[in-house]
Amino acid sequence: MTPTTFEQVRGIASDLFAVPPDRITAESSPESIESWDSTQHLNFVLALEEKFDFQLSPEEMEQMRNLGEIVKLVENKLQTTSG
Amino acid sequence: MTSDGKVLDRRKQADDFIAAGEASRAALALAELWREESGTGTAAFVVSRYEKLRDQLPLARYRLVILRSFTVEPAIPLLRASAFVNGIDLAVQLGDFNAYAQAILDPKSSLYGFAPDGVILAVRGEDLAPDLWQKFADFDPDGVGEAVKGVCHNFEQWIRGFRERSQAALIVHNLEQPARPSAGLLDAQLESGQAAAIQRINQELRRIVSEHRGVYLLDYDGLVARHGRLRWRDQRKWLTARMPIAADQLVQLAREWLRFLVPLTGKIAKALVVDLDNTLWGGVIGEDGMQGIKLSAEYPGAAFQALQRVMLDLARRGILLAISSKNNLEDAMEALESHPGMLLRPKNFAAMRINWNDKAQNLREIAAELNIGVDSLAFLDDNPVEREQVRAALPEVTIIETPDDPVAYASALRECPAFERLTLSAEDQQRTSLYAAERDRSKAEQNFRTKEDFYRYLEQEAEISPVMPATLARISQLTQKTNQFNLTTRRYSEPQIAEMAAQPGCQVLSIRVRDRFGDHGLVGVAITRDQGDACEIDTLLLSCRVIGRTVETALLSYVSQAAAARGRQRLSGEFLPTKKNAPAKEFYPQHGFQLHTQNGEGSLWELDLKQHPVPFPEWIRLNL
Repeated sequence: MTPTTFEQVRGIASDLFAVPPDRITAESSPESIESWDSTQHLNFVLALEEKFDFQLSPEEMEQMRNLGEIVKLVENKLQTTSG
Repeated sequence: MTSDGKVLDRRKQADDFIAAGEASRAALALAELWREESGTGTAAFVVSRYEKLRDQLPLARYRLVILRSFTVEPAIPLLRASAFVNGIDLAVQLGDFNAYAQAILDPKSSLYGFAPDGVILAVRGEDLAPDLWQKFADFDPDGVGEAVKGVCHNFEQWIRGFRERSQAALIVHNLEQPARPSAGLLDAQLESGQAAAIQRINQELRRIVSEHRGVYLLDYDGLVARHGRLRWRDQRKWLTARMPIAADQLVQLAREWLRFLVPLTGKIAKALVVDLDNTLWGGVIGEDGMQGIKLSAEYPGAAFQALQRVMLDLARRGILLAISSKNNLEDAMEALESHPGMLLRPKNFAAMRINWNDKAQNLREIAAELNIGVDSLAFLDDNPVEREQVRAALPEVTIIETPDDPVAYASALRECPAFERLTLSAEDQQRTSLYAAERDRSKAEQNFRTKEDFYRYLEQEAEISPVMPATLARISQLTQKTNQFNLTTRRYSEPQIAEMAAQPGCQVLSIRVRDRFGDHGLVGVAITRDQGDACEIDTLLLSCRVIGRTVETALLSYVSQAAAARGRQRLSGEFLPTKKNAPAKEFYPQHGFQLHTQNGEGSLWELDLKQHPVPFPEWIRLNL
């Protein structure tokens, strides 16, 4: 069974922020997760780039306000790169 | 199962082991996870779990400060995860952005307050001398020279300043070349070009570093080049986050740092134990035979030669080589000794266990024989089952994961940080041969299942020749001195030997022996006299240092064949017992001689040359 994009992004967030996956939702954000600071935000960007093999522009990084938006961004990126 | 599923399972596995209090199994699961997926997210997971285990594992503690001119924060979890997996618990302090000079020169800085064991000075040329990188076209040749000098002067100040204040190890990055020099193609044609200027700085750095103890150069330019300048760089992150390195390359920087930390913490492998079949050569020697195994300069055998070449490099670095292989000894030895594709020979191995025992047991024995700890062993085996067995039984052994494709074996070995050394002594470079000589001298025989195996292993060469002026003295001396393997113990002076040699029908022969351990020199004498249809052996003796390896048979065989060639029918010889020559007592009966007469003095033996020729031992090469 292939994990969904949401599951994969949530897995990264869980690793980085040391929060169990079941406590991370689409609404999770730097406001709701304490360890999601600016250093971890950069790590999040890098981890996504590693995992999905694309690069995020500064504009795209600004869209990363919560997990749901990040998942949407990743899905868009994957569609444009594979299409 | 998808790889994502697998790595999720590994996380759960690690957590389950931690919950069950099984620290070393948890560590193995984490190491496996890290090997499968060395990314930023995994690093955070691995670090957080190792932090729970740190008191239950034999980890080396190391305090590291990284002084830098760019953002390296995201590399730190990667470094710490790699370090944990290699048995190092790393405490890291990051210097303030671009504050490295102040940190070094101020004795009260947080750098010295941290009391580091090691410091990395990660400064990029672009940050240190932006003009040399960005505005190179503005320089005239003199200006380039001045700029180069200025950069080198800075480094010299910092390194000296650091040494005055701290005894910690210092690792200095050298400077990276631009991916595309400012003058384009022309740069390569110019003596005062941009690439040449940066090379000069790097050369000068090499000199500066060599003048200080405990200061090492990290070839950052080489690292970037290895992974590709264009792939290494992420211009967008540089402009937005002062992070010049692409996300997927950061782990390479962390790994390069780790290569220094492994020898600095003593987490090194002193010996590499290798398997034979499908590791040192392609195929199975016991089934495919000498002709069938793959080992040559051509593909696919070339992959295995490349691996052997890396092993020779490691040996030159002072790393001992050893074998643990499930094989028939003689099959394996034949390939090791005489396969034309082998670059390694038995002399390159400090210990060998070629048997059907379990490998963990063999590894324990090898460590004991080499007098090193089991934790100083690295193990290379194509068979994942063997690796797993060793990993489970001896978790302290460094296991090298072999890639599926043998072509990649050589680089897997080169990449293993446990083989890195920061300095090298003359003794390191010849360590294997010292061990090998010792092992050969004292243990060769007991490692062989049959005597014949041992004889073959010796690679003996015999040279039999009639007495010559140059050998007269030695032949006489041997008759005077030899007591044990001496059938008649007749003592002869030099003139007596010369006189006998001049008599018709008399032969004075000497034998010289060489083997894999070296030249033993002239070690045996036979004197014979033809009488009618018989050839009588007056003297047959052998120096004790070559007794028991069929040299005596070789000499007798030669004597008998020479007698037959001269038309003799019989060979006869006396055994005259003394207090010391018991080792020669059974010599004639063992070689088919019949007892002719016996009295108080001794016994006379005879051999029918037609019926009972004495075969020459097949494992000795005869030179005349």
